[in-house]
Amino acid sequence: MTDDRVTDGLLAQVLREETGPLVARLARRHRDFDLAEEAVQSAVAEALTAWRRDGPPRNPAAWLQVAAQRNALDGVRRAARQRRLAERLPAPCEVAPDVTSTGTDDRIALLFACCHPALAPEARLALTLRAVVGMTTPQIARAFLVSEATLAQRIVRAKRKVSTAGIGLAVPTDSELPERLDDVLSVICVAFNEGFVSTTGAGHDRDLAADAVWLASAVAAALPTSAEALGLAALLTLQHARAAARFDAHGDLVLLADQDRSRWDHEAIASADALLERAARLRAPGRYQLRAAIAAVHATSPSWEETDWPQVVALYDLLAAHDPSPVVRLNREIARSRTGSPAEALARLDALAPALASYHLLHATRAELLRTLGRPDEARAADETALSLTSNDAERRLLTVRLRRRPLDDGS
Amino acid sequence: MFTSRPDLDAQTGPETTSAVYRRIYEWFGEHSESIADGGAELMGVETATTVRHGDDGPVVVDGPFNEAKEVIGGFSVLDVPDLDAAIAIARTWPMLDLPGTSVEIRPMVVDYSQFE
Repeated sequence: MTDDRVTDGLLAQVLREETGPLVARLARRHRDFDLAEEAVQSAVAEALTAWRRDGPPRNPAAWLQVAAQRNALDGVRRAARQRRLAERLPAPCEVAPDVTSTGTDDRIALLFACCHPALAPEARLALTLRAVVGMTTPQIARAFLVSEATLAQRIVRAKRKVSTAGIGLAVPTDSELPERLDDVLSVICVAFNEGFVSTTGAGHDRDLAADAVWLASAVAAALPTSAEALGLAALLTLQHARAAARFDAHGDLVLLADQDRSRWDHEAIASADALLERAARLRAPGRYQLRAAIAAVHATSPSWEETDWPQVVALYDLLAAHDPSPVVRLNREIARSRTGSPAEALARLDALAPALASYHLLHATRAELLRTLGRPDEARAADETALSLTSNDAERRLLTVRLRRRPLDDGS
Repeated sequence: MFTSRPDLDAQTGPETTSAVYRRIYEWFGEHSESIADGGAELMGVETATTVRHGDDGPVVVDGPFNEAKEVIGGFSVLDVPDLDAAIAIARTWPMLDLPGTSVEIRPMVVDYSQFE
């Protein structure tokens, strides 16, 4: 079991390094994104079978490239046959594997195409995970608890649109970059959150959160003057650094307050801090940098009791200016409740209630405050409301666990 | 395809309308290199006649094909390398200053081999 997971980890590492650049290169060569993506996806599936059986080859990049190229040529020939044009098409020449290319720019260009605003938001995520990160459709379906058929259909539709609508594989021009980058960052953020809340292990042979951290870091490396790209990489690195301490031996979530901080990845925390400093020097604050700064306060605090709450509140005040969503305001109130009186915190929370009536964490937080204030009956009612706001079993289970946590470290 | 909402168009003052039309004229000049065919501006939707499928053969009816708030007001044919280039031009369509207007971008079928 352990050996399997090590192998899966290795496979994931190779696949996420190689998939994106390969898709981009084949798409350019054949002028057909759909064909290229399908060819690489089949190669990924072949690799998973062959490498699990025989172990990864000495040069996995070349292996994958040869397999994908063969699939692409098959695809071209099949399409040509279907159109009865085989004779009229020049035979595509076999190209020697080009394993020296770093492919970073290709990957980022592909990422921008997959996260194009002309695609439906849920399709952007699925397409990114397949084409850029090298996840298979079944892996994505498991991670997002949707049926494979639904997901496959979503991907087919999106790929067809990339091909027919002329979505180019290119990094946007400077004037469009901030807006387009924002779309890319939110896709990565959603991928991370999905990976972060779902329990590790059972049924998952791909660590979605790790993939998202890797992707955010790749974007930050490619766009070192985009402060928010650095901010997201810092944020996800910080959250992920706590991964080992977030679950107990039984697989249950452990509250931030109760986590064994010696199990956090302090090297990763230091590197995220450095990223955040570089971002700050660009003097373009934004919501990812601020969320990362909040996460950094928690990550660098020696204990829960010593958390610098005034600093957290100040950062939430700034964040609320960039992102006035009720969820951010809820988190700000939770932080403020650590510095002020619970009664006042409850009053401010109730002011937010109309906007967040269907958000389970509002009720879970009210329950905690009510309990602190010695009003157990109302606390219980609030807890029950929170539970009633979930629809499916997985969410209920998650909430049952979440109800025991303080949702302070926003995003987790 | 340029669309707008006639109910909102009716609320636009004549001065604004003529200013926008002046800018539309300039717009066609600025983007002349990317415009393969200027297309056409269509008369108001109240002039529309629709020929629709009927079980016993085509049926002619008064009005647009679709009873929607938005109507198609005209179209132009662009020749650009990719969708982003088309979006960049569409963003500058002067009528987008007016509420209820939009520009729908659609690729044209250029490869007919699939129908052979």
